[in-house]
Amino acid sequence: MLAGEEVIEQMWGVSLDRLYESAEGQRILSCIQCGTCAGACPYGEHMLYPPRRIITMLKAGLIEEVFDSDSLFKCVNCYTCMTKCPREIKLTEILLPLVKEQSAVRLEEMPAELQKAIENTYRYGNSYGESARKRAAWIDTIDVPIRILAKDPTPVDILWFVECDLSYHPRGQDAARATALLFHLLDLDFAILGPEERCAGDCGRLSWEPGLAEALVDYNLSIFEKYRFNRIVTNDPHALDAFKYRYPMFEFKYKTTATVPELHRHLDRLAPMLSRKLDYLVTYHDSCCLGRHNGFYDEPRALLEAIPGVRLVEMEHTRENSICCGGGGGGMWLDTWYKQQDIERLSDRRLREVIATGADVLAVACPYEVSRFEDAVKLAGYEDRIIVRDITELLVEALGGH
Amino acid sequence: MNILVILKQVPDLVEELEINDDGTDLDRTWMRYIPSEYDEHALEQAILLKEEHGGTVTALCLRIGEVDDTLFTAAARGADRLVRIEGDFEGISSRDAAAVYADHIRRGNYDLVLTGVQAHDDLNGPVGARLAAQLEIPYVGVVSGMHLDPETGVIHLHKEYPGGLLTVIRTELPAVVGIQSAVKPPRYVPIAKIRQASKSAEIGEETAEPQSLTPGYTVRRVFKPEGGGRAEIIDGAPEDIAARLVSIFSEHGLVR
Repeated sequence: MLAGEEVIEQMWGVSLDRLYESAEGQRILSCIQCGTCAGACPYGEHMLYPPRRIITMLKAGLIEEVFDSDSLFKCVNCYTCMTKCPREIKLTEILLPLVKEQSAVRLEEMPAELQKAIENTYRYGNSYGESARKRAAWIDTIDVPIRILAKDPTPVDILWFVECDLSYHPRGQDAARATALLFHLLDLDFAILGPEERCAGDCGRLSWEPGLAEALVDYNLSIFEKYRFNRIVTNDPHALDAFKYRYPMFEFKYKTTATVPELHRHLDRLAPMLSRKLDYLVTYHDSCCLGRHNGFYDEPRALLEAIPGVRLVEMEHTRENSICCGGGGGGMWLDTWYKQQDIERLSDRRLREVIATGADVLAVACPYEVSRFEDAVKLAGYEDRIIVRDITELLVEALGGH
Repeated sequence: MNILVILKQVPDLVEELEINDDGTDLDRTWMRYIPSEYDEHALEQAILLKEEHGGTVTALCLRIGEVDDTLFTAAARGADRLVRIEGDFEGISSRDAAAVYADHIRRGNYDLVLTGVQAHDDLNGPVGARLAAQLEIPYVGVVSGMHLDPETGVIHLHKEYPGGLLTVIRTELPAVVGIQSAVKPPRYVPIAKIRQASKSAEIGEETAEPQSLTPGYTVRRVFKPEGGGRAEIIDGAPEDIAARLVSIFSEHGLVR
């Protein structure tokens, strides 16, 4: 685990001019300009100011020049620079979002899709611009009983925070249905917020939009207060980050985990249910937030290995070296912008590594990844060679007789 | 240079629209409203003019649903003054609304009034024209660009016609302009700025009693389109749908 609890208090409300007043800000002064951050950055070669140069410019009092460039719009919040930094400077958590926030204000024109996503999230609580009232519409498409707290507010063990992609995206809903079935079969005591839930305001795309993040935090905290539950489980590693590293700054006390480690906790009961053999060669893509930021590397692999017939094969870059799908930091809504600048989408680059393994199935654990990689597969014309599945979908496929 | 921008609240189409029991209007009980897209362009155009020539931008809203968010967003984007007119305005016709706007404008000191060329909840598009008629000043609609000469008080308005024609129309101020689109899409403002505006910006409150002008019109019936029975909706699994499509194409000799 890379982000220590001590970081949390430093992250909110720190401005660039008061940066050095915090311990984490002070640490920036210890940069030895080794350039590991810039070299490790998946988009480093496309940035006029990669992280190393940003630190130089900051120290030289020339940070304004960095704000005026669009370098930070190529930051996908993947935590690679931060993970690799020998001085343990919390680049992704502190410095880069602050710089990005300023760059966003000065962009000649905010990329339209990103602006729409931000405005939608502010207005409707989801980037899709879908009706908040329809957030739980997907539960009518399965036979598993799912409790909505507004209808039955009795205390519950797990508040399952479904998040936007699982609520609205058709492929996300596949994972929502799969997760609901698994929770049900494992007899977990869970409930959802349904229409009352809004985007958690994840670490990536929102950390540099502090107003939006604050609005969502205020809102979600007011909803959490209404109900009694012990802990939060979410499929979205970005929401996990929000609840683990940001909400605690606002009197938020709940333990939060992601669905993958939660399912892993029950593997002894889950494994016997996986009676159907799936003769797949599977490669697993480590999500940045689940892997690099929270250290869950073994749990997703253990779940996949519990499926009879599944053989795992690793990509060239794996675990902490995994390459981001490109969806973080707002990247989810910058595909057109990247294309205009002739920059390859990271999911397209990552797919080449997937294909090189010879795997039949690309397993993922973050809701951004299903659509990003399925798009990449279509673009490259590999529909016959590879399918993309959330881990929960594969687990459900392996259930015999359920 | 004082510019007034009229922002109209229209039903949010993200929500399902229901028709009231009389079948004469939308059911507005739980209606969610958002600012009309064309009006947001009018606001952007006003702020661009202000940035170029100075002056003030006033944003005006009739109280229809929750309007404060719309006004605070306008302030965050650059509006200097916010005005909300209280009154019974739900479902008001554009003609009666124009009279309310005209009354406000007569009491103000505006050089230019910008509003969206139309709004999706009536698609009549006459607010700007009626307003100009009541004020006895020029109106130009469907405008997508403008150039102002502040020395002479003359404004050149760009208008697109079908068939690939553009015109430039010259008029003197004061005038009312119906905006099709601003020269740039409505700008991004950080949400923090909107939240800050909601804490610090002041909304000037006025009241008005809308009059029903005659001769007016009444809506006789609002209804969802009725199926003509000429379309076949194919349901089912993708494979079945594909098979049915292939058989239809074959029947019509489109595939062999």
